[in-house]
Amino acid sequence: MTHLMALLLQVADPQLPPSAGMFILFGAIKAGVAFGIYMLCVAYTTLLERWLAAWIQDRLGPNRAGPKGILQPIADGIKNFMKEETLPAAASKTLFVLAPAIAFIPAMLTWAVIPFAAPLPIPGVGLVSMAVADLPIGFLFTLAVGSLGVYGITIAGWSSNNKYALLGAMRASAQMISYEIAMGMSTVCVLLLAGNVNLNEIVAQQQGQGWNVVMLTLAFFIFAVSALAETNRVPFDLPESESELVAGYHAEYSSMRYSMFPLAEYANIITSSGLMVTLFFGGWDIPFTQWDNMAPWSVAKTLLTLGAYFAKVFFFVFSFIWIRWTVPRFRYDQLMALGWKVLLPMALLYITTVASLVLALDAAGLGRTSYGFRGAFLAMNVVFVILVFWILDRGRTISPSYSRVTKERIARLQTGAQRSDLLNEKGA
Amino acid sequence: MQPNLFHPLAYTFTFYFFGLTALASAVAFVTRKSPVAAAMWLVNVMFCLAGLYVMLDAQFIGAIQVLVYTGAIMVVFLFVIMLLNLGHVSDLLDARGKWGQLIGLFLGLGLLAEVMALNRHNTIERMIPPDLAAKAAEAASRSAAGGVIGPIAAPLFKEYLLAFELTSILLLAAIVGAVVLGKRRTNAR
Repeated sequence: MTHLMALLLQVADPQLPPSAGMFILFGAIKAGVAFGIYMLCVAYTTLLERWLAAWIQDRLGPNRAGPKGILQPIADGIKNFMKEETLPAAASKTLFVLAPAIAFIPAMLTWAVIPFAAPLPIPGVGLVSMAVADLPIGFLFTLAVGSLGVYGITIAGWSSNNKYALLGAMRASAQMISYEIAMGMSTVCVLLLAGNVNLNEIVAQQQGQGWNVVMLTLAFFIFAVSALAETNRVPFDLPESESELVAGYHAEYSSMRYSMFPLAEYANIITSSGLMVTLFFGGWDIPFTQWDNMAPWSVAKTLLTLGAYFAKVFFFVFSFIWIRWTVPRFRYDQLMALGWKVLLPMALLYITTVASLVLALDAAGLGRTSYGFRGAFLAMNVVFVILVFWILDRGRTISPSYSRVTKERIARLQTGAQRSDLLNEKGA
Repeated sequence: MQPNLFHPLAYTFTFYFFGLTALASAVAFVTRKSPVAAAMWLVNVMFCLAGLYVMLDAQFIGAIQVLVYTGAIMVVFLFVIMLLNLGHVSDLLDARGKWGQLIGLFLGLGLLAEVMALNRHNTIERMIPPDLAAKAAEAASRSAAGGVIGPIAAPLFKEYLLAFELTSILLLAAIVGAVVLGKRRTNAR
């Protein structure tokens, strides 16, 4: 105990990292505060989803609990706790009860390594890093923990002893393994540019070199699609698709246990958004300025960068919800084909190109922050974007499918004269 | 990084926590009858091992342990268990009858005795090369300079590139073989 007190009482320069004792103390404080804010955000994302859904569908949405419905998440929570908890007779009991918790934990753990603001100087303590745990393996930790997300869903589906739940679980595991690979591959390019896996270093690289979304648009695209698939959001919500599988993996769940699954989904949305911002949108960097990236650090800087980070994350959470209320669900074979035949080869090709370009530019003696290096990457990016989104993708994922239909066919459809003919050529 | 961060007592506690949990989970893994429960206990063993690796300052190995074994291999195991739908657990015992279980017990005891005998004569310590401390110091200095991944990646892609490429070809051959075998079965049907 005296040992710990001695460590705590060491006085340090606020512009240098804190002593070990303070490190432990502030680690605990950061974990508590980040956890509280994160849970609040998760709860209010459910309300945000319902408001945005109402807005997109031109109706009112929740507006009864409190002013403008602001207390709706609390009302929902109380309602869920009051409801009866069902336990199917044939269920595997321990796993059935554990599954909701297993689903929720990985999303929360990932958040622990994401840096969310500029380091905060505290007089007498030192420079406190604004990530709960600034791990040297940062990004690998997010990949490792992210790969556990599938367990909650799989175990929930299996332990329910229900055929629809099991089908949902099988779909979930197949889908998440497939898209995890594409996701990991797309981030290899980011790591190649950063030359490090520490998330703070990746943010610092983007502050010096420009945001990765400008340099590596295709990697961002693959990452964003995979993130949608990993969070089981529409258009990738096949594990629970209510029109085919009742409610999929959580068909047998009720009350708060059920509620944990949607909450885990929202937690995953926030975490994925946070990762996208950190890897591709400069993390807590304020765009077009440099003063926020360097010492001397101050409280104002921390607050401003925190604001910038929150604004970016909010944008992505908004996009996730926006996509849900815009796009219909994939068919299962389309989902697998997109993951294995489109995203994975594309990511592999992209890695090869980016690696060769980095090697060539390094050999040519161009510095990583020089205009030559950035210009070359920008040129490569423009070529790839045109190639993928304008030529290869015509009429598939991004541009509407009617662009694949010939003009003659549209004319025929418009006249509606050859209905029987159309019915006969299903495969066309 | 910061060696004084870990109080010796905290370090010892963490070591025994992970070690004993790993052992208990391993025993549970072997004794559970339900394949899914057994798989989940194995996942727990993997986690504890990852924790022990991190305690040894091998964070990369710890992350890879979780990423590869827990996140990929065990998920595929679960997938296969669910796909096979093995039926009632009482039909699943692989060592049936008294004799099978007795042989298993004696084999296990023999292996345990072997490990203890090896440990008693310090054979394991003698197997460690004498210049290991120097090598560890060198690796530590390199990891301080180039992050955690650099010291692993640089030898892998420079000194041992040939072995790396040969391994990848071997894995590719295994995948192609698996696909060919799987295809043949469906065609025969």
